[in-house]
Amino acid sequence: MFENLTGRLSSVISKLRGQARLTEEDISATLREVRMALLEADVAVPVVKDFIDHVRGRIDGQELNSSLTPGQYIIKIVHAELIALMGLGGELNLNVPAPAVILMAGLQGAGKTTTVAKLACWLRKRHGKKVMAVSCDVYRPAAIEQLAVLGRQHDFEIFPGDPAQAPLAIAEAAMQKARSRFMDVLLVDTAGRLHVDKEMMGEIVQIHAAIKPSDTLFIVDSMLGQDAVNSASAFNQALPLSGIILTKADGDARGGAALSVRHVTGKPILFMGTGEKIDELSVFHADRVASRILGMGDVLSLIEEVEQKTDRDKTEKLAKKLTKGGSFSLVDFREQLDQMRKMGGIASLMDKLPGLPKLPEGAMQQHNDRELIRLAAIIDSMTPGERRFPATINGSRKKRIANGSGMQIQDVNRLLKQFDQMQKMMKRLNKKGGMKNLMRGLSANLPRGFRR
Amino acid sequence: MAPDLVAVLNPALVRYSITTSHQVSIPHMFGFKKTAAVTAPAPGILDRLRNGLQKTRAVLCTDIEDLFKGKPAIDESVLDEIENRLLLADLGVDATSRIMAALRAEAKRNKLGTAAEVIAVLRQQMLEILLPVQQNIELDASRARPHVILVVGVNGVGKTTTIGKLAAYYRQLGSDVLLAAGDTFRAAAIEQIQVWGRRTGIPVIAQHSGADSAAVIYDALQSARARQAEILIADTAGRLHNKDNLMGELAKIRRTISRFDPELPVEVMLVLDATTGQNALAQAEQFHKLAGVTGITLTKLDGTAKGGVIFALAHKLAIPLRFIGIGEQAEDLRPFAAEPFIEALLDTGA
Repeated sequence: MFENLTGRLSSVISKLRGQARLTEEDISATLREVRMALLEADVAVPVVKDFIDHVRGRIDGQELNSSLTPGQYIIKIVHAELIALMGLGGELNLNVPAPAVILMAGLQGAGKTTTVAKLACWLRKRHGKKVMAVSCDVYRPAAIEQLAVLGRQHDFEIFPGDPAQAPLAIAEAAMQKARSRFMDVLLVDTAGRLHVDKEMMGEIVQIHAAIKPSDTLFIVDSMLGQDAVNSASAFNQALPLSGIILTKADGDARGGAALSVRHVTGKPILFMGTGEKIDELSVFHADRVASRILGMGDVLSLIEEVEQKTDRDKTEKLAKKLTKGGSFSLVDFREQLDQMRKMGGIASLMDKLPGLPKLPEGAMQQHNDRELIRLAAIIDSMTPGERRFPATINGSRKKRIANGSGMQIQDVNRLLKQFDQMQKMMKRLNKKGGMKNLMRGLSANLPRGFRR
Repeated sequence: MAPDLVAVLNPALVRYSITTSHQVSIPHMFGFKKTAAVTAPAPGILDRLRNGLQKTRAVLCTDIEDLFKGKPAIDESVLDEIENRLLLADLGVDATSRIMAALRAEAKRNKLGTAAEVIAVLRQQMLEILLPVQQNIELDASRARPHVILVVGVNGVGKTTTIGKLAAYYRQLGSDVLLAAGDTFRAAAIEQIQVWGRRTGIPVIAQHSGADSAAVIYDALQSARARQAEILIADTAGRLHNKDNLMGELAKIRRTISRFDPELPVEVMLVLDATTGQNALAQAEQFHKLAGVTGITLTKLDGTAKGGVIFALAHKLAIPLRFIGIGEQAEDLRPFAAEPFIEALLDTGA
């Protein structure tokens, strides 16, 4: 998401490139464009107004002829204001007597149940918590069943509610159960409700009063329009919200709702949902998202994702082996391919890198995983001996490998060549100062403007 | 707005003012919150719509009234404020500029002096945008059976709920309906549609979770043919429109239906959430490109204060608007009709 806002703002700002200083007219014209961009991005009208006022104030209050070019200057201010608007991150309040109760609230279809499952897995994996989840949605058909299925699939405990019971009774019974089973965290899923539905809002206020959650999270669809302001402020008034989770951030919505909701509730956005898979929930970083809005890429998120998904033990083992002078084998190559795939493939990585803005979407995805899968298939068709000693692969072996993997001999050749190059690179790495040389080589290839 | 006043200001608009209430005081004709209205108990769709859209009117009309307090003539700041209001209602930059252009043109010709005239022009503009997309689904008995309604959309817009309501709607009309549980991805989606099937007494064709969606729908087509069902409503998993692989899967489902019988009348119904902002346009464009959307259903109009995105939609893509969802009950899914919709949206006599 956010790409469109990025595009709009960069086109505005590129108009200003090459000018020595900003005139009043420049500022007004730019801010008009920024305003339209934000409106198109579904940032709520009052929030846009505040934002523009802030930026104008910041520009007016400062000397124009600083050492920055006008373009950089505007980027800097808009960036800083975006961060201020979205606020700094926050954390879940888990340091409470167990069980820590987390109540989820939101409109219909915001993604509460999916987020509960993601959060349950996140808490277990990242914090080693014993998690139980309960659904108090007795209204939507099969809502309780949905959470139960997710619990079975992803191995977290579920309190089985009965749709015939009152939501409050289910929540209270789940509290009892979580206590007696010494759970660290109880996640309470609720039915989607409209902020104008007094009865339903009353119900969740009651649940809140009964279970006294340590965190009350508001789940927001990042595709939400102007109405984000109304629903967010109504929920914020009814419940003492402690944080926000932004869902469906992997869509192409411009994400204005993030700014709006943050602005009207004053509560931190804790997480964002970035895909359909269970582990596609990431911590929200206002500074990173602001950077992404401005076309600076999202390198920090990428680093975090790599850290989380790559298997550290395996990576360390490989590193140790290499530094000891061991050679990089096809088996290692195969593992690397696997890890790459785990991170969502090449497209997912490229998506987050700066300086690679608009690749045609279809082209990216096609390029993506198929190639990785093919390479893996070729390696899988080799014997263990061949994998350890690729030099033994002769013509007839190549033919067998190609047949076994459903590829052509040329593909096998290409893989072996690629592997050969990688091996050479790895050897260079092991030499003294190898890493430094390699990095120097890399940075020369970076797009201009990203070298500091 | 009192009907007789509208008549005085713009006789052409009389036919749109099917108000159910009568205002006593004239000076505050745009302020429903301050008007002593004698409301006759009005049954039916208009009333429900009006309740559903109350928040929209609160934004559009109250504020327009506030704007004009103590202002005899309309000036630039007033027009700017109206523009803001339209943007706030999610009309989008394009549709807003179109309406504002007309408003400004009228103002320039000095025809607009009062709020009533502004509302009249607004109404006219909105109607011009929405009337062309007011087309309900026509069931043609002479065509091959079943009439397929393939329900598509992004995650969480209310596809399965809409299917439940649609099933009840057609059931009530006496049609022979069959449901296909094509969402094989989301946990318990099959159970959800099966519950709707039990509630409405309509058979549901389903396979196991994780089955190929196209296969389920093909199965359902065969079953519908065997049973001579008139309508087959097929669910699909929610998918974000920017996921190429998932959209490719949807295109495959669409092809499967045509391959079963090219003569089948197929409605590819895109479900859009009215609380969605301008992204609804991107959704409609992408789904249209991959699956050939033939109709749109707009859900959750009872929750949003605005629902103005349908103006942007009707303006940019001329895809027919079939139904609107204005509440949680099965009968709260209504065929879309532009006039009562705008009437309810602009009516200040509630």
